[in-house]
Amino acid sequence: MTTVNPAPATPAGRKPIPPPTSATRKRPGRRNRDRAHGMLMSAPALGGLIAFVGVPFVYAVVLSFHNVRLGSPLPPRFFGIEQYRRLFADPDMSGPFLRALLNNLTFAAVVVPAQTGLALALAILLNRKLKAIGVFRSLFFMPVVFPMALVAVIWRLILARSGDGLLNSALDAVSFGNWGAFDWLGNGLTAMASIIVLSIWQGVGFQMVILLAGLQQIPGELYEAAQLDRASRWQQFCHVTLPGIRGTLVFVAMLTSVLSFRVFDQVYVLVKGGGLDEDATRTVMYQAVTTAFDQNNIGQASAITVVFFLIVVALTLIQRRVVRTGNED
Amino acid sequence: MARTRNPLRRLLDYAVLGVPAFLFVLPVLYLILGSFKPSDEVLNGLSGFLPTNLSFDNYTAVLDSFNSDATGYFWRFMGISLLLSTVVVLGGLVINSMAAYGLTRLRWKGQGAAFTLVLLLMLVPFEAVAVPLFYLFNDQRNTIYIQAIPFIANAFSIYQFATFFRAIPPSIEEAARIDGAGPWRTFFVIIVPMSKPVFASVAILTFLTQWGSFLWPVLMVSDPAVRPLPLQMSVFQGQMPVDWGQVLAFGVLLVLPVLVVFAFFQRWFVQGVASSAVKG
Repeated sequence: MTTVNPAPATPAGRKPIPPPTSATRKRPGRRNRDRAHGMLMSAPALGGLIAFVGVPFVYAVVLSFHNVRLGSPLPPRFFGIEQYRRLFADPDMSGPFLRALLNNLTFAAVVVPAQTGLALALAILLNRKLKAIGVFRSLFFMPVVFPMALVAVIWRLILARSGDGLLNSALDAVSFGNWGAFDWLGNGLTAMASIIVLSIWQGVGFQMVILLAGLQQIPGELYEAAQLDRASRWQQFCHVTLPGIRGTLVFVAMLTSVLSFRVFDQVYVLVKGGGLDEDATRTVMYQAVTTAFDQNNIGQASAITVVFFLIVVALTLIQRRVVRTGNED
Repeated sequence: MARTRNPLRRLLDYAVLGVPAFLFVLPVLYLILGSFKPSDEVLNGLSGFLPTNLSFDNYTAVLDSFNSDATGYFWRFMGISLLLSTVVVLGGLVINSMAAYGLTRLRWKGQGAAFTLVLLLMLVPFEAVAVPLFYLFNDQRNTIYIQAIPFIANAFSIYQFATFFRAIPPSIEEAARIDGAGPWRTFFVIIVPMSKPVFASVAILTFLTQWGSFLWPVLMVSDPAVRPLPLQMSVFQGQMPVDWGQVLAFGVLLVLPVLVVFAFFQRWFVQGVASSAVKG
């Protein structure tokens, strides 16, 4: 996961920003004066967003309907839905693309429950009053500040294929020498598992902190009441903790799923330098970048981008719906 | 929730936390120890954890080897990353907070539509515009400004500011206005000083993202003269044969600035992340 770039998501239960307060309407003429200032204040950021997000996005859609190649003497040609057809039906192109989609789904299917579950477990462990608790929180949060380019390198060493790799030699020691060298990154079966493990290691602290904040908002009286009712620890967890952080938990799971679709850095670094099995780990973003950059096929890459965007939006919309219904009761 | 004062119980508490924490920190220990070890001892089984033969040789070697036009200059990579982060963080704090204020606390025609536009653009992850941006700005490759400018305006930052500003009682602005302050003065003199938490939180998240930024440099930068640190890290570890001691020393230098900031503002970091996500 690319360090911290919070997903485009509405946090649990937030209502849209209400219109400005009546205070701004006190005097006649106030509104006209505000108008110029409001527009001026918003202009730089709105201009930047339109120039570097809005326009390029519309452009991606346009490019995806064309045959555009970088550095080609031929002018771009209208292509209709050909790029999309190829993505899903032309064996040469759909093979890697569908594999990338499948890899993304696998990644998300494992990372979302595993990382959310682990983050919750850690948050509960860390939600107590001990002297050194701040130190422990920092330790689990620390990998979040590590750039993925570095995380990939550290894990490249840990998972090195030789008998001198950290994991291999640890297993060798534990198994009294019965464990031979294993190529974790190069093996099609374990390559994705490796990417998953290092991604969770880097990202779990982020989710943990959010869940911890949620846990600390559960009123202590609820636990006292539960104890009076002789509820066991497990019952307290099921009937006080879980309902108390339900919104947060849904938010974290959905945030993780959006982030997990954006996975790119670690795959790219390890494929380019670490002997990572490319087929088993290529993701949609990896496919888009290599199509645009290595094959100079901008039209095709744009089509991949649009499909990627639709998936992310679908996830975000599901999130909003779930969070909203979750807050109604 | 530890209620008992029983020392044994407390020891158990620490063990329950300590064991996973230790496993969790192992990769970081490995990085730090390895960066002080001769290269042939780094990838050498479990002995990579033994603190033997420690020296600063790898660090001096990295600074020496990245000190020519052919290999690039280490301090230049670092300087570029620092410059990009500074511009993106500071520029972002100014224009995104201003926009959030203009969009939520001032009343003007089109304001609602503009805010909806920001919310919509928040749905577009950078990855979804990377390819067309790369195509649009292909002739600006290997410049410094193209690495920073697209990231200053940030819809999520505006959203974070907006949520905070929304909660400020209107009476504060009324008072300022009665005293004759216009919207700009009200914003900079009254609102900004009382909004430190959200500024810190946005700054931290923006800094982390920008410091680790990788996808955009991969597409736009090939020239070592304008290359940021994480990209150089990936280039360096991809060279054959890999000099592991030096790669790890490079890695420590890459993360050190963030770790220092993290150590000093650790509570803000954690609160910033938490508050950026949930409040209820």
